[in-house]
Amino acid sequence: MTASPLKVAAAPSTRIDRVFSPLGIEAWLVEDYTVPIISMDFAFVGGGALDAPEKAGLSYLMSGLYDEGAGPYDAQGFQERLDDLAIEMNFSSNRDRFEGSLRTLERNADAAFEMLALAINEPRFDADAVKRVKAQIVAGLKRAETDPDSMVWKAYSAASFGDHPYGRPDKGTLKSVPHLTRADLKATHDRRFSRGTLKIAVVGAINARQLGAALDRVFGALPATVMHDVIADVVPGGLDRRVLADLDVPQSTLAMGRPGLKRKDPDFMAAYVVNHILGGGSFTSRLWTEVREKRGLAYSVWSQMSTARHTASFLCGTATSNERVAESLAIISDECKRMAEAGPSAEELNKALKYLIGSYALRFDTSRKIASHLVEIQVEDLGIDYIATRNAKMAEVTLDDTRRAAERLIGDGRMLVAVAGRPEGITAS
Amino acid sequence: MTRPDSASLSHFTLDNGLDVVVIPDRRAPVVTHMVYYRNGAADDPHGKSGIAHFLEHLMFKGTNKHPKGAFSEIVSELGGQENAFTGHDYTAYFQRVAAEHLETVMGLEADRMTGLVLADSDVLSERDVILEERKMHVDADPASQLYESLQAALYTHHPYGTPIIGWQHEIEGLTREDALAYYKRFYTPENAILLVAGDVTEETVRRLAGATYGRIPRRNAAPVRQRPQEPPARAERLVTLTDAKVEQPTAYRMYLAPSHTTASGNDAFALEVLSQLLGGSSSSVMYRELVVAEEAAVNVSSWYRNDAVDQGYFGFYAVPSEEMSLAVLDEKIDAILARVIAEGVEEADLARAKTRLVADLVYAQDSQAQLARLYGATLATGGRMEDVRDWPAKIDAVTNDDIKRVAGTFLKRAQAVLGHLKQAA
Repeated sequence: MTASPLKVAAAPSTRIDRVFSPLGIEAWLVEDYTVPIISMDFAFVGGGALDAPEKAGLSYLMSGLYDEGAGPYDAQGFQERLDDLAIEMNFSSNRDRFEGSLRTLERNADAAFEMLALAINEPRFDADAVKRVKAQIVAGLKRAETDPDSMVWKAYSAASFGDHPYGRPDKGTLKSVPHLTRADLKATHDRRFSRGTLKIAVVGAINARQLGAALDRVFGALPATVMHDVIADVVPGGLDRRVLADLDVPQSTLAMGRPGLKRKDPDFMAAYVVNHILGGGSFTSRLWTEVREKRGLAYSVWSQMSTARHTASFLCGTATSNERVAESLAIISDECKRMAEAGPSAEELNKALKYLIGSYALRFDTSRKIASHLVEIQVEDLGIDYIATRNAKMAEVTLDDTRRAAERLIGDGRMLVAVAGRPEGITAS
Repeated sequence: MTRPDSASLSHFTLDNGLDVVVIPDRRAPVVTHMVYYRNGAADDPHGKSGIAHFLEHLMFKGTNKHPKGAFSEIVSELGGQENAFTGHDYTAYFQRVAAEHLETVMGLEADRMTGLVLADSDVLSERDVILEERKMHVDADPASQLYESLQAALYTHHPYGTPIIGWQHEIEGLTREDALAYYKRFYTPENAILLVAGDVTEETVRRLAGATYGRIPRRNAAPVRQRPQEPPARAERLVTLTDAKVEQPTAYRMYLAPSHTTASGNDAFALEVLSQLLGGSSSSVMYRELVVAEEAAVNVSSWYRNDAVDQGYFGFYAVPSEEMSLAVLDEKIDAILARVIAEGVEEADLARAKTRLVADLVYAQDSQAQLARLYGATLATGGRMEDVRDWPAKIDAVTNDDIKRVAGTFLKRAQAVLGHLKQAA
């Protein structure tokens, strides 16, 4: 196919309203009655990185307990009421955020918001529920002890971030989790959450007035602000180091990376395009072509711009037979350096922009995808006009921009490499 | 706005035998385009396990019209996403693109229905990719290895007992000729189902399908699946996998059970409700008793494979608490099952399970891709469009007597395959 001139796809036409509740709580709303359901996503800034070192996993444990009893309902009562009304309620926690989602049939919306209000404001943390969820987390941590993916990222994060909170497993450890207590949970619940760090998006069969009332009911009792411990910014380290996690399996799992660009960096978008060409675009990237298509070295190979609130990394990964690790590593490393030195070709840039611009609309075809994207835009503080302007900005990325961004992103190509498995000819350093 | 409900669906057949389903959803200007072939890993020739899945990979290698790499490059330049997957009963390919690009992806997919060209070198490197895929999913994970052994024990004769990806020693011997022979046998318009979901009308799909897929000549008869059928299970089996890498023991259990295609009466609907009732959520009977009340397990779950051409199965897994042995946990599961068979369940539990299942179909209306997969899987395993429409009413009609009957008929320990995942001492 010949390269044709770039045509900027129209911005998604999804209409987004900023809704403010009577108490002043903001949510972004996409009102749509096509399907009689309502999806809500929300995030509180502040997650597992705020857990004290000896309390690692506290946020994660709390996210597991929010639907295990609240207000007048014990865990079973709460779960039964959700299932009786087919209400889906989920909570999760990562390094930087505590997140929740709610999905309900329109006809059960009142009850759904009522249950969410209880979960947010009056979680019970009953002793039996705490014990049960801790046991579930411990079972998961035990499985992760010999899971190659978990092992490699645990080793990578520890070497990359050292003593910084990002170096700790945010789900906790087999040492920390058994000692987490109800008192820890209560204390954290009282001082972690506020309206000031809350971002909300809602999609579906609800109007602004109804949503405003629901927002106040669910989140209105939270304090306006709370003080969090300050988490320092951190630059990923360990470049040139190789760390090994021994596991007796025929295939090694690799994780490698170096400092990346932050979301607000002026070169972020250009670097995003570079990453797409190098290893982000699944069936067309350079890494895919060199590692998988030409040599059959791996089923999966990728690169990624990973951003967190206090750091940014550029990451690559694959899984390849133990005896082919050195070869795969060399190819990935060479491809990264080649990109840093020369950047992409004009044709590659043109094709990448066509994909990145054209595919943006695919993020808007389900309520849940829209809600999740709208929360992301708010947490990253990209502005409500991001959706309308994103494609036009992407189209302005030039070859010079990508060369500069590639150089900044990959630089001299030095990386921290972590391997889980029994790689041949690779030693720790 | 058009509501993506069954009233706006359409289903028709082209002159060459290709089934076409249109699922309008006008909320976003995008479409999901899928083709299901009515063949999967259970149709792999004896000794050639993995060929359906291998061919799925090779379908991206190119045709005379769109040589190596062109397919994915074009889809990517359209801003489209694509992939494919293989099951025991079907192989499916899909692209998601802006609605204006539907004709292009239809042209591409129609072209590779009959135009695949394979070079030996591509076949060999792709075989290595699949061996790495197998290593990634199976060789590093004792639980996956046990699961393969459980499937093999449950299906003693039917090819559902063979892994979809194939056994390693047979993958190593698969050739270009094997792939092409399989391709020529199954990749025909009569054997395929086209599904288009999203911002599109029936009229547009009729026109575009006619101009693309419609040009492929019919092969006369649809290919026939030739599969040995499973004899009745007469023995209880315990399959144990012991490995130093097992940090968390787990108990599994599987029973042969009819699928929607093979079931009589409302057995399959009752089994769906039974699965939701016993271990479908944290308000289910087994979770409540084993995890919450007795603290014998930290987790328990049940599942029922019902969308199958031949016999399906019903399964559980349970993660024991610290001091609990797998054998004792098995007995506790048996005790609950014996009670459900004798007495049925609380009416509130039954109602809750049905509510939850029926709501899932409402939630599915929110996703054009999910709807396309639902109809694709239904048609490819012998179901009809009306089966999806009628499904909520049939679920709703399941009674406590139905639950007792299907539990008593199909969940007999004397016919079960039990699995124990254990840590090496």
